[in-house]
Amino acid sequence: MTIAAGVRPKSPIERLLAANSWLVYAFFYAPIFLLIALSFNDNENVGVWTSASTRWYSEMFQQDDVMRALRNSLIVASVSTLISTLLGTAAAISLERFRFRGQRVYDGLVYLPIIIPDVTMAVMLLLFFAQAFNIIDGLFGSKPAFGLGTISLAHIAFNISFVAVVVRARLAQLDSSLEEAAADLYATRWQAFRYVTLPLIMPGVAGGALLALTLSLDDVVVTSFVAGPGATTLPVYVFGLVRRGVTPLINAVSTVMLAASMALVLISLFFQRGTGTVAITEEEPLEET
Amino acid sequence: MTDSVKLTGVTKRFGDVLAVDDLHLNVADGEFFSLLGPSGCGKTTTLRMIAGFEFPTSGSLTIRGQEMALNPPNERPVNTVFQSYALFPHMTIEENVGFGLRMKKVAPADIAQRVKRTLDMVQLSHRASASPSQLSGGQQQRVALARALVNEPQVLLLDEPLGALDLKLRQAMQLELKDLQQRVGITFIYVTHDQDEALTMSDRIGVMSDGKLLQVGGPQDIYEHPRSRFVADFIGEINLMPAVAVDRDSVKLLDGQVLMAPHDAPAGRSVTVAIRPERFTLFRPDAEIPSGRSSIAGKVIRRIYHGDVFLYDVDTAEGLLEVKEENRPNVEVFEIDSQVVVSWSPSAATVIED
Ligand SMILES: Nc1ncnc2c1ncn2[C@@H]1O[C@H](COP(=O)(O)OP(=O)(O)O)[C@@H](O)[C@H]1O
Ligand SMILES: [Mg+2]
Repeated sequence: MTIAAGVRPKSPIERLLAANSWLVYAFFYAPIFLLIALSFNDNENVGVWTSASTRWYSEMFQQDDVMRALRNSLIVASVSTLISTLLGTAAAISLERFRFRGQRVYDGLVYLPIIIPDVTMAVMLLLFFAQAFNIIDGLFGSKPAFGLGTISLAHIAFNISFVAVVVRARLAQLDSSLEEAAADLYATRWQAFRYVTLPLIMPGVAGGALLALTLSLDDVVVTSFVAGPGATTLPVYVFGLVRRGVTPLINAVSTVMLAASMALVLISLFFQRGTGTVAITEEEPLEET
Repeated sequence: MTDSVKLTGVTKRFGDVLAVDDLHLNVADGEFFSLLGPSGCGKTTTLRMIAGFEFPTSGSLTIRGQEMALNPPNERPVNTVFQSYALFPHMTIEENVGFGLRMKKVAPADIAQRVKRTLDMVQLSHRASASPSQLSGGQQQRVALARALVNEPQVLLLDEPLGALDLKLRQAMQLELKDLQQRVGITFIYVTHDQDEALTMSDRIGVMSDGKLLQVGGPQDIYEHPRSRFVADFIGEINLMPAVAVDRDSVKLLDGQVLMAPHDAPAGRSVTVAIRPERFTLFRPDAEIPSGRSSIAGKVIRRIYHGDVFLYDVDTAEGLLEVKEENRPNVEVFEIDSQVVVSWSPSAATVIED
């Protein structure tokens, strides 16, 4: 070959586009690298680099406040993930596979928490809990307190929508004749779900659960509204600290949170891809009838 | 013979669409029955009602004498081979085939044995632990068949199961399916829009149009004696000549010629005489037509060579007639523009009363 196929000088526009993408990457990742680097800075003063150390990481693990906030975060995240995954999956199935009264309205409303601004959602939930607690007080003479319970309920409230969206996308791709085939082969409704539908939508369910987990671990706005005294989650705690000035400790905590989120996203991607069926159609000579 | 599946006055509406309209049908035990009709005529809907995926709007549906119109699919002694095969992608071939038995709580050892035997029957034992996506279309088709047959259903329902295969493979599978059906002795209800397929495989054919079952009969009966224009037209080529009923045994063509053709139309009613192209024979104008045969003079205006046959278009007083003559040494070949006589025996003509 005399002509190198596909190799030609880059036009100015292509060069500009390439430069642009490098700029965007820098814009995204420079702060992250800065955060990580500074979290290993020995100096009390965030802006002044002295020497590398893991001092702030060990300090983080010795601070009761941080550990309590972390524990709260984990409790809220696991409870809300579990429940919202169950309810969100159920919602997706009912919307995608059944016909019932008021479905159209429900169909529109289930996505509302995704669209509503966080602050609005937070205020709504705060008002709701306050009113509900007053009613409970009137009925039973004792008033529930704000705390991990209210935080979990609030997280469930917004996570259901996200889980439902992800699972529903997966369900919509599923050939409904597979479920009919299961029923045709004597499976009851439950068995068809258990042995055919569920395994096939599992990547969606797992993806939805990880999304819920990530959102729950990250949430600041809604949580700080419905937390009540004493029950702080890690991001809310960090937010509180920042108001008193950025410290290297915050950098360390943030780096840990960043690592955890990235890990979750990676696992989620792995699940989403995991069962994309690869068709390896074997070439076969004409059927040997 | 007992009725395997019996539909009485079955109607199915989807909103405003009348998909199946007052269908009456008896399918006998062990029969290979085909539902034939153009796309959208309600074949699939009929099959899905027998399977239990759809419920009739009205009417009765019995399987082996038991009313089943409203039972869910898992309660019916029927199995389906889906057009898309619908193999479970997350299970191996073996697990796919064993699924029905597993749901019926058959002992695992029995399941293994029956799965093996059925896979042997469709010549796929060597692929037992493959996943469906690793098989070719023809192999997937046979897995779908095995998955249904392993349950020894009383009725097997097949919805255009060969539609996705190429012509050669499809023709091979037609014979294989017919063979298999005779070996296992299970009632097959087979949906297709392909008339060749229906004629090749079926014991009886039901022709559907617009949700109605127009005619039920053996392949030869349907082909030779269509009772309506639609059936005549849908299955193969046919010549239609307008005529008027004379008495129960004869009709009069436009040119005044009276033909012997038995029918039930009252005298004076206009009818249509239908004759298949291969039932015509061409003669020279001066040839002596054997007695008892009807004939009409015309001129060849087109000739198409098809290898095994010649197709002629002959212009006559009854309109353009299509004639199919075999390409054999003792059959005369006519040139375009030559004068000919188109002749047929009375038994070749069918009178259609619509
Ligand atoms: N689930 C459904 N909802 C609405 N209309 C349907 C549905 N299934 C079938 N139909 C309509 O019923 C008619 C018959 O369809 P079908 O039984 O699939 O025909 P065929 O299998 O002969 O092509 C068509 O007009 C089709 O559009
Ligand atoms: Mg169809």
